[in-house]
Amino acid sequence: MLADALLLQLGYNATLVTLGACLLGIAAGVAGTFLFLRKRALVSDAISHATLPGVGLAFIVMVSFGGDGRSLFGLLLGAGVSAAVGLLCVHWLATRTRLGEDAAIGAILSVFFGLGIVILTIIQTMNSGRQAGLEGFLLGSTAGMLRSDALLLAIAAAAVLALVMLLRRPLELAAFDPGYAEAAGWSLARIDLAMMGIVLVVTVVGLKVVGLILIVALLIVPAVSARFWTDRSDRVVLIAGIVGGVSGYVGAAVSAVAPALPTGPIIVLVGFALFLVSLLFSPGRGVLASVLTHWRYQRRVHMRQGLLALAQGQPIYEKLTHRLMYRAGLILPDGVATGDGQAAASKALLDETRWSIVRADQSFAAAATRYDGLTAIEEFLTKDQLREVDRRIAAPQAVL
Amino acid sequence: MSISVVKNSNLDADRAIRTASALSVRGLTVSYGQTPAIFSVDMTVRTGAMTAIVGPNGAGKSTLLKAALGVVKPLAGTVSVFGQPLARMRDRIAYVPQRASVDWDFPTRVIDVVMMGMYRKLGLLGRIRASHRAQAMACLDRVGMSDFATRQIGQLSGGQQQRVFLARALAQDADIYVLDEPFAGVDAATEKAIIAVLKELRDTGRTVVAVHHDLTTVPDYFDDVVLLNTQIVAAGLVSKTFTEQNLQATYGGRLATARADLESTAG
Repeated sequence: MLADALLLQLGYNATLVTLGACLLGIAAGVAGTFLFLRKRALVSDAISHATLPGVGLAFIVMVSFGGDGRSLFGLLLGAGVSAAVGLLCVHWLATRTRLGEDAAIGAILSVFFGLGIVILTIIQTMNSGRQAGLEGFLLGSTAGMLRSDALLLAIAAAAVLALVMLLRRPLELAAFDPGYAEAAGWSLARIDLAMMGIVLVVTVVGLKVVGLILIVALLIVPAVSARFWTDRSDRVVLIAGIVGGVSGYVGAAVSAVAPALPTGPIIVLVGFALFLVSLLFSPGRGVLASVLTHWRYQRRVHMRQGLLALAQGQPIYEKLTHRLMYRAGLILPDGVATGDGQAAASKALLDETRWSIVRADQSFAAAATRYDGLTAIEEFLTKDQLREVDRRIAAPQAVL
Repeated sequence: MSISVVKNSNLDADRAIRTASALSVRGLTVSYGQTPAIFSVDMTVRTGAMTAIVGPNGAGKSTLLKAALGVVKPLAGTVSVFGQPLARMRDRIAYVPQRASVDWDFPTRVIDVVMMGMYRKLGLLGRIRASHRAQAMACLDRVGMSDFATRQIGQLSGGQQQRVFLARALAQDADIYVLDEPFAGVDAATEKAIIAVLKELRDTGRTVVAVHHDLTTVPDYFDDVVLLNTQIVAAGLVSKTFTEQNLQATYGGRLATARADLESTAG
């Protein structure tokens, strides 16, 4: 059944929803990456909550002009306008008053959301309001998704991708080093405006699919997950797009199989699962990798310290050191060095002596920065340099 | 004949630009809230010279630089670059911000940061070609960092980070280099490498302005000095301006402290 859903075999509507959610996920992942890199992830939360009054007011306006008020385009237009107003309020509070951006976000988010709920409640009391289905904007409702809705998503997603492609350099620069960007002649205000515009478009078209409460997750979770897999911002963008797209696709497919489950939250949970995998298993920054790296590093330190102790004829006190060296066949159970142990110990001592000469000499400054107390010096010096160092060990120079 | 006339007029125009001050600031005031960080600052930076901006903590040194670059909006005052308004001349200036001003865990590699120096030239969609990469590598080589091109920037030491920032400015191939505390918290080898590059820039006719905190090295490193404490206290050739009396006037009671700090960090 799930396989059918994943292969888009569950009928027209399910296919529309799945493709739409996938496109939205890609657009949100890509757009959200720059928000995340600029450390303004939570602004998107303010934007999404600020859409609600606009949805309600747009409905009232459309009804009072004689429509049935359910035109998705009209509702989203209202959402966009009211989100833009909310965004301007956040911007004004953060730059013109002593409030920080976090406080401004909190204030605007809750006030606009509260206002939106009041307006929706009023609409519930109107004759034409009962079947409006506006509460679907809170958590998303994909059940009645039309071909035109999916088309709107596709166009918006394409526009977002094109804009990000066009503006990728200033966006990257503004996120990494805003002062430099400004000095180099990019207008930071305009870059930020463009970024917020892109996020606003994603948020507004995403309302119908994941809803305003959860859209922030679709913007941020893919970027955060992608960061675990690469150290290059262009690849973070790419991977975030993939993570977002997969979340949308799989999430929508799962909820097509189990119609009782709401699409938006399922999409977010799939995204979260991908995040969890990244957090635990990514090779560079993942939790497992850092535990392993630390474990290996600790063992190398213990071995090195043990060898140096052997070379200097000192006893080995630490149990871990003792155990490691015994297992490596370097010492006997009573702590006495084996033949291998003696060879390795004198090698370690020689290495340490060579390092101390290199580190004391300005002419080896480049190599000296590589000292970590563990790595053999041969990895950084040429044979000639090594001979020079050894010459000095044999005939120590007068201390200045 | 006519050719040489054209050449001459070009030369004249060229000379006019060169003799004009590289960076000129008039009546610049920047205020955070009600307290001015810098007040009515007039400053002229000589073309082809190395100028140090010196003053106690909180004197507004960084603010002066940022306002002169248009990064901070001044309350009053004008900035001109080679006699032209700043807005038209931005690509002629390369800025090296304080190292601590960015997040070094940002997902980018050393070579990518240097490439950022060419974004203005590349424009929004200009393709990055092999020649651009070679140029970026050459800039890294000038600061002795070409071995680190593909490292993530977070793996660098402070001194190495500072060199990468300088390489990015070099990639801009600007006429004026503006540096905010380039020697703060860097190792001796880096300081030597940076000053060598800056002197090389000066010797090829570029202008260098740097906020500097180490009073002992001012005479060795710089040609001109600007002594700042919210207002300009004195400015001019180091040989004439960098006097005990002027320093006393700039630092006041803090002069002894400033020197003691230096000695303790040097020792």
